Amino acid sequence: MSASPILRAAVIAACSAAVSCTGSHHMLDGAGEHARRVAELWWLMFGVLAVVYVLVCAAIVAAVVRGRRSPADLRMVAASPAQERRMIITVSATVAATAVILFAFLVATYSTSDALSSLARTPADVTIKITGQQWWWDVEYQDPVPSNTVTTANLMHIPVGRTVQLILVSADVIHSFWVPNLAGKKDLIPGHQNTMWLKAERTGRFEGLCGEFCGLQHANMRLTVVVQSEQDYQAWLQSQRLAAAEPSGDLERRGREVFVRGPCVMCHSIRGTDAAGFVAPDLTHVASRPRIGSTVPNTREHLLRWVRDSQEIKPGNRMPPLALSHEDLDAVVAYLETLK
Amino acid sequence: MRPAPRGSGPSEPAARTAEEASLHQELQETWSRDPGLRGWLASNDHKDIGRRFIVTALIFFVLGGLLAFLMRLQLAHPNGTVLGPDLYNQIFTMHGTTMMFLFAIPVMEAVGIYLVPLMVGTRAIAFPRLASFSYWIFLFGGVALYTFFFLNIGPDAGWFMYTPLSGPEFSPGKRVDIWSQLINFTEISALSASIELIVTTFKLRAPGMSINRIPLLVWAMLVTSFMVVFAMPSVMTASLFLTTDRLVGTHFYNAAEGGDPLLWQHVFWFFAHPEVYIIFVPATGFVSSILPAFTRRPVFGYTALVLSLIATVFIGFGLWVHHMFATGIPQLGASFFTAATMMIAIPSGIQVFCWIASIWSGNLRLRTPMLFVLGFLFLFVLGGLSGVMQASVPLDLQVHDTYFVVAHFHYVLIGGAVFPLFGALYFWFPKVTGRMPGEKMGKLSFALMFVGFNLTFFPMHVLGLEGMPRRVYTYLPETGWAGENLLATIGAITLATGFLVTLVNAWWSIRHGAPAGENPWDADTLEWTTPSPPPAYNFLHVPVVDSREPGWTRTSASPIVTGVRSDCREVLLTSLDAEPDSLMELPNPSIWPMVTAMAAGTTFVLACFTPWAVPIGTVLGGIGLIGWAWPKSEDDECEPPRVEDMSEQEKKEGAPRVRL
Repeated sequence: MSASPILRAAVIAACSAAVSCTGSHHMLDGAGEHARRVAELWWLMFGVLAVVYVLVCAAIVAAVVRGRRSPADLRMVAASPAQERRMIITVSATVAATAVILFAFLVATYSTSDALSSLARTPADVTIKITGQQWWWDVEYQDPVPSNTVTTANLMHIPVGRTVQLILVSADVIHSFWVPNLAGKKDLIPGHQNTMWLKAERTGRFEGLCGEFCGLQHANMRLTVVVQSEQDYQAWLQSQRLAAAEPSGDLERRGREVFVRGPCVMCHSIRGTDAAGFVAPDLTHVASRPRIGSTVPNTREHLLRWVRDSQEIKPGNRMPPLALSHEDLDAVVAYLETLK
Repeated sequence: MRPAPRGSGPSEPAARTAEEASLHQELQETWSRDPGLRGWLASNDHKDIGRRFIVTALIFFVLGGLLAFLMRLQLAHPNGTVLGPDLYNQIFTMHGTTMMFLFAIPVMEAVGIYLVPLMVGTRAIAFPRLASFSYWIFLFGGVALYTFFFLNIGPDAGWFMYTPLSGPEFSPGKRVDIWSQLINFTEISALSASIELIVTTFKLRAPGMSINRIPLLVWAMLVTSFMVVFAMPSVMTASLFLTTDRLVGTHFYNAAEGGDPLLWQHVFWFFAHPEVYIIFVPATGFVSSILPAFTRRPVFGYTALVLSLIATVFIGFGLWVHHMFATGIPQLGASFFTAATMMIAIPSGIQVFCWIASIWSGNLRLRTPMLFVLGFLFLFVLGGLSGVMQASVPLDLQVHDTYFVVAHFHYVLIGGAVFPLFGALYFWFPKVTGRMPGEKMGKLSFALMFVGFNLTFFPMHVLGLEGMPRRVYTYLPETGWAGENLLATIGAITLATGFLVTLVNAWWSIRHGAPAGENPWDADTLEWTTPSPPPAYNFLHVPVVDSREPGWTRTSASPIVTGVRSDCREVLLTSLDAEPDSLMELPNPSIWPMVTAMAAGTTFVLACFTPWAVPIGTVLGGIGLIGWAWPKSEDDECEPPRVEDMSEQEKKEGAPRVRL
């Protein structure tokens, strides 16, 4: 089905070079069953349509060249009935060819759709509930045992080769869940519950984006997807199930005090402490996440700036600037850094 | 019917006989607008209104273009600092709103208001006061929207205003109210213009212009007007619901109270998808009008082209769900819309193939309007093909709401509509102004626009594949999107320069262009058989049409209509087969449509702030309508025909009749 393997290789090489430092987000670089099949459909349609476009352009150029055969002659032209008939036949034939191509595309589309929906009929190995919020992703791993439920934000680990079911809901406005390397979009709509299925085919780190305009920080509503081997995935899940570790140093302990006694607990939760807010990301393992506020890399400097005044980094986000003293700020950041 | 070979060059108006000179004098007195500012404001001459409409829409086009330019500056580099997220969101919302509601639809209607009465060979547009009203509505709506935008109350939830983001909870303040009220308001303009165009086409055609002789542009405007009539009420309903949700406390779109945000998407796209064809179909009319003049033959496949237009209208109303594939539509339903979406490529294909066949079999002259037509063919076909890809549900789920879609619809809207529009501006410039547009500047403008357009929008296809979503005010350096974005910004500068060259060209040519004469391009439709610019009464003699190409076949000996009065504003009504039917007197110019439009505008804006707008608006609107409908005074009344002036024949048959 690959219409032009060389171009394909070039496109993928170019994009993987460009995004080596973060996750990839190229829709033709399929790392999941869905994206791979769509990429195949893309190359089929692209190949056929590229030929069609070249032919139409050639016809336009040929028509212009032929029409220009006597540019100084401004008399009316009267096509002979025979010529007119030939043109009718040619135009009808091209229209018929168009219809045939469209019909072929229709068949290809339906067969791809059908293949993709077969995924929905296999039992899910992992079920994850994704709640879209302005402007972050709440990711909740469902488990029959409530205490085994794992909550992260803007980060999703999934095992390779397994069927992952995503339950998509929204807490405020419409968002759209999109990891280009894995699958097409699905909207998260208030009052509706959508479901989609993923099956990753290779390990790696991929970038998710919000596909529907959702307000001020739509541009910075990202999600990192880490596809791992089953073993690594289970290890990660186990580590995420643990409550926050007891801080060892004085500074960190003070940080926890500031956190649970300060304004942080109004919104955030850290399992294993008294912090149990639920309108902002769960911070139990915040230090293990690649980005802060789904915007900047998770470094100490960024974390410090974020806690002091996140509006500087992500203007309009729901977290207010905090009036913490220098010492308190250092302590909170030190504590957050222990939450691996 | 085969047109007779004819020489080129501006055709000088034939020397007038004394009889014609006095007829001209009388018609001029009857149809001219009154002098002075009041006369200008009151004018209900479709040519005045059309010209104002076109110029105003082009000013909004420039404003919308400047907004686009600001966005390109912001996105030229990652982490851009030109605009913040709040301003960016206002700007992209205003860009879309301007281009759709204040430029593309109005400018197409405006060209129709100017040209359709001329093309069908009548003296005026049907319901001339309504035409005046529709212009003032459009002007006030647009100016009010921009006034609020400059006051930092510009709408910021996207031109598509998805609920609940645009609802009372997530868009507090007045920004969205302003949008929904003013869009509702401005749509009245498009609706009333459509009604005028439909009635003009059905009732005011010159005798002999039967259905199979209607110029293709008039066909295009007719089917477009029908689309407007069926589509606009949908967006008005949607935005009325939004307004009441926001201002009155209804819950049409509030999921928490049993409403549904998806309702908005269905009702909105039921309008907004046909809207694409409302913009594109008139453009196909421009192409079909320009081609005969520059290929020296009637356009190939008249019947096929007309049927394609009609098919486009019907299929165009069955596609709206393809904007919603990602919302979780059941697969069976989505499959239907995939098939319908692919099917619309067939009428579009028929049109493109017919146009190529016209060029192939013609005798081509590459003047500026024709260059824009050729540019249109290259760009529109590409946009159409990327559209076929998006019809496919699985593929659409990937490219939906990415820059791939941005690239696609700019190819079909700029390539498919703005290029033909510029061709049309160059083509009818001599008719409207009486002077030829500069040819060298025209070609330069075309070249800059074509290159600039492709530089701007082609890289966006790649950006989309690389995962860049639409409507983002910034992006991170590590995304790898910087190169294509910078290229697009450079392209935008080139494209803007191309537009600017045409503006300068128009400004220069109005003053210094060579006099055009009646039919400088030797084109085939009726408007080219009257002087340029056309007199207030359009045609000295109402023509009788005896072919599909009256511009080529009419001579001074061709049949005309007599018996239509020249001392009052009388027009000839014809039947569907273009048989003379009856005579009708049209209303005089009046300032009241403008007053009524002001009253309506005040009401709509005021309603964002207070419910008192309803009683105040009722009174103001009532005053406006009473003035509008005030009967003529005795002096203005058209005197009944004097029997002693009639010939025996006229007495017997009554006017009008066709003089052969």
